[in-house]
Amino acid sequence: MATAHSRAAARLTMAPAVVLLLGWMLIPLAMTLYFSFLRYNLLMPGSEEWIGTLNYEYFLTDPAFFAALGNTLALVGGVLALTLCGGILLALLLDQPFWGRGIVRLLVIAPFFVMPTVSALVWKNMLMNPVNGLFASLARALGLQPIDFLGEVPLSSIVMIVTWQWLPFATLILLTALQSLDRERLEAAEMDGAGALDRFIHIILPHLARAITVVTLIQTIFLLSVFAEILVTTNGGPGTATTNITYLVYALSLLQFDVGGGSAGGIVAVVLANIVAVFLMRMIGRNLDL
Amino acid sequence: MGEIVLKQITKSFGDVSVIPPLDLTIADGEFVVFVGPSGCGKSTLLRLIAGLEDVSSGTISIDGKDATRLPPAGRGLAMVFQSYALYPHMTVRNNIAFPLKMARLDKAAIDRKVEAAAAVLNLTGYLDRRPGQLSGGQRQRVAIGRAIVREPTAFLFDEPLSNLDAALRVNMRLEISELHRSLATTMIYVTHDQVEAMTMADKIVVLNAGRIEQVGSPIELYSRPCNRFVAGFIGSPRMNFIEGGEAAAEGAHAIGIRPEHLALSTESGRWSGTVSVSEHLGSDTFVYVQSPEVGTLVARAGGEVPVRHGDRVWLTPQAGKLHRFDPQGRAMSREKVLS
Amino acid sequence: MARATTASRKLGLTLLAWTIGIVIFFPILWTALTSFKTEAEAIASPPSFIAFQWTLENYAEVQSRSDYALHFMNSVIISLGSTLVGLLIAVPAAWSMAFVPSRRTKDVLMWMLSTKMLPPVGVLIPIYLLFRDTGLLDSRTGLVIVLTLINLPIIVWMLFTYFREIPGEILEAARMDGAGLKAEILYVLLPMAVPGIASTLLLNVILAWNEAFWTLSLSASQSAPLTAFIASYSSPEGLFYAKLSAASTMAVAPILVLGWFSQKQLVRGLTFGAVK
Repeated sequence: MATAHSRAAARLTMAPAVVLLLGWMLIPLAMTLYFSFLRYNLLMPGSEEWIGTLNYEYFLTDPAFFAALGNTLALVGGVLALTLCGGILLALLLDQPFWGRGIVRLLVIAPFFVMPTVSALVWKNMLMNPVNGLFASLARALGLQPIDFLGEVPLSSIVMIVTWQWLPFATLILLTALQSLDRERLEAAEMDGAGALDRFIHIILPHLARAITVVTLIQTIFLLSVFAEILVTTNGGPGTATTNITYLVYALSLLQFDVGGGSAGGIVAVVLANIVAVFLMRMIGRNLDL
Repeated sequence: MGEIVLKQITKSFGDVSVIPPLDLTIADGEFVVFVGPSGCGKSTLLRLIAGLEDVSSGTISIDGKDATRLPPAGRGLAMVFQSYALYPHMTVRNNIAFPLKMARLDKAAIDRKVEAAAAVLNLTGYLDRRPGQLSGGQRQRVAIGRAIVREPTAFLFDEPLSNLDAALRVNMRLEISELHRSLATTMIYVTHDQVEAMTMADKIVVLNAGRIEQVGSPIELYSRPCNRFVAGFIGSPRMNFIEGGEAAAEGAHAIGIRPEHLALSTESGRWSGTVSVSEHLGSDTFVYVQSPEVGTLVARAGGEVPVRHGDRVWLTPQAGKLHRFDPQGRAMSREKVLS
Repeated sequence: MARATTASRKLGLTLLAWTIGIVIFFPILWTALTSFKTEAEAIASPPSFIAFQWTLENYAEVQSRSDYALHFMNSVIISLGSTLVGLLIAVPAAWSMAFVPSRRTKDVLMWMLSTKMLPPVGVLIPIYLLFRDTGLLDSRTGLVIVLTLINLPIIVWMLFTYFREIPGEILEAARMDGAGLKAEILYVLLPMAVPGIASTLLLNVILAWNEAFWTLSLSASQSAPLTAFIASYSSPEGLFYAKLSAASTMAVAPILVLGWFSQKQLVRGLTFGAVK
């Protein structure tokens, strides 16, 4: 349904969005790529010179990089596992008939709307603080020794905070998918003698497969870039115990002003994210019928 | 005034040719119906005239001016869509007034024209409702109202009655014919329903696979179809076709005879057979006859005919009503009357 | 199945679901409660839930000590501003994708999405340097620009899915009626797409309000929205739980309410239509 007039109009109306995004993506990315081959430190202006792949060699052989890579994987993997399992269980529960479903649903999705800095600070201070935190009070009330969460198990603590933020997202999407399941299929399975567990494994889980994939991919994209939670709770520490790739690049760039090294790290992060993005894009693309 | 001339127009989407080169002249004030099976290109042809699609080649002139490259709004045409395409967020009044507002008419003139159109279409009491609160027939009338206030050089109708129920369709058919008589404006009407075509048109254009099969008045198409496609498409129940020996006896590859031109007898006739189904409509009876010589034939008998499944009957074509077709399906000269 | 069993099952499910719901919601509830306590009561052990002296002094103090209103306004301006600018750019683009699709439309949409998957650290340094050199660092304009660009793909995508549900014939009717492109979009498309545009707006205000990487990296004191302002509590002086809670409650409450209204659109907006 188009004429030369409308096609011309279409090109014109599309142009601002395309040009802006192209500028946003290509120009800075090209600059990052260029910087990554330079010795370039903001504290030593004028000393810029081409050093080839030296930044990459430093970045990729830096023990901090391996720590960060491990932390990133642990953070992404841990949060994914917890939100997916929790999300499926919660979705199954919220799909049942009970009184006040609408309200419970609102309670469960609420954490998603809390800004990352607030949730990180609230957890750090009011819940996890070894002296004044609620968990400490609870431990003392039970006669246990309070734990210094962010000091003793920093990465697990951050996994917990981030899980709390993303559990609503997984639950909401899995619940949406669950509600599109044809009830008659479950009833047919029940007539065929399938027990509750059989129905879950053979009917519900396959039906959720697509939603699970989508949740996995989208969360991975966002979780690779977890930043604020680390910045306000541990600053990546103790040592590099909670430094992920994103925080490492941030620290290199804006705390140590090492533009060259930070850029190399940024490019590495882009490459890692692209591996996930390719799969996600295929998923979405397959579903987009034009 | 509203003469529309299409010269050698073609349309293809990518590599797919939808309309091969096509010529057509629509005279001023004519009611022209494009009819054909779905996918025959009739809607595409209408959209080319409307300017909602570009022609791939050829020219369209409207009212003597070349309109090939004009945008839809510049062609002075109004269109009534299959889905009515009313603006759901506007009242009936604003729906009808929209083209006038776009033409920057002053408010008083707009009000006057809207009131007048509403009066003609019996919509006066509904002007402040929204399309969602109207029945199908009323929506249809709003769509027509939106078209007539512009006083276009021609009206385009894209299957406007296909969303209405049968009774309403008959009513609206009459109303549109009435409208054409009173406005005397060129109308181009697309439908797949040959009854609509036969009852409304001054001129019917039968389309098949983008090609024009035949152009003519309803009676011309009915009595002198130029090929097997038109012969089969126009008329209900459709024409009976017979090939083989019986056709060869007439000097043709195939012969056709309309159900209403077959005389039914329980005693004697040209072709014998047994009744498989008889449909009693009261005014007519459609009798489906299995004949060992010529296959299945449908005969239409006036009034009530007392035949039942299994009865043995004879069918005889009326003199002068046989159509003859050559192997390419083209109509041959009318038969020499044989016995 | 007997009715009694169903009722008792429902009661059990109700108890379970409410318990889990309240546990998940608890940090938010606790923050809200603490914001009404005195600093001493905020760290009291064992903690009190309802039986404490309710006070509003924390809210007053947060404002007087750090000009909370400024940061709140920054958040409003940045999130609303970036969403409105984004809509302005995205409406025409989504119109063309939905109503004049070409062979490349799908590729363009997918490409736009792919920009959303670019990790921000990949472009942090150039943006930081560009902003430093153009004076956009620590300015609301700069943050509006960045947040517009990072959310533009989502806005285009969401509008596209809503526009696609509007029958093209209605827009064609407008074209036949003499409407130009501007009139077609303004008088016909936009009024019909109001619900879709509203939910797009809502979701993007939420996302922009909570965005924390760019706001933390590019703002200092003047332009800092609430995300960055709250982060300043990470190195506190003295007793601060009640004040942190008051500041947090005010930062979260408005967006939480908006979020509750947009929960359906959330799924659509964040999965790009991959889950319905």
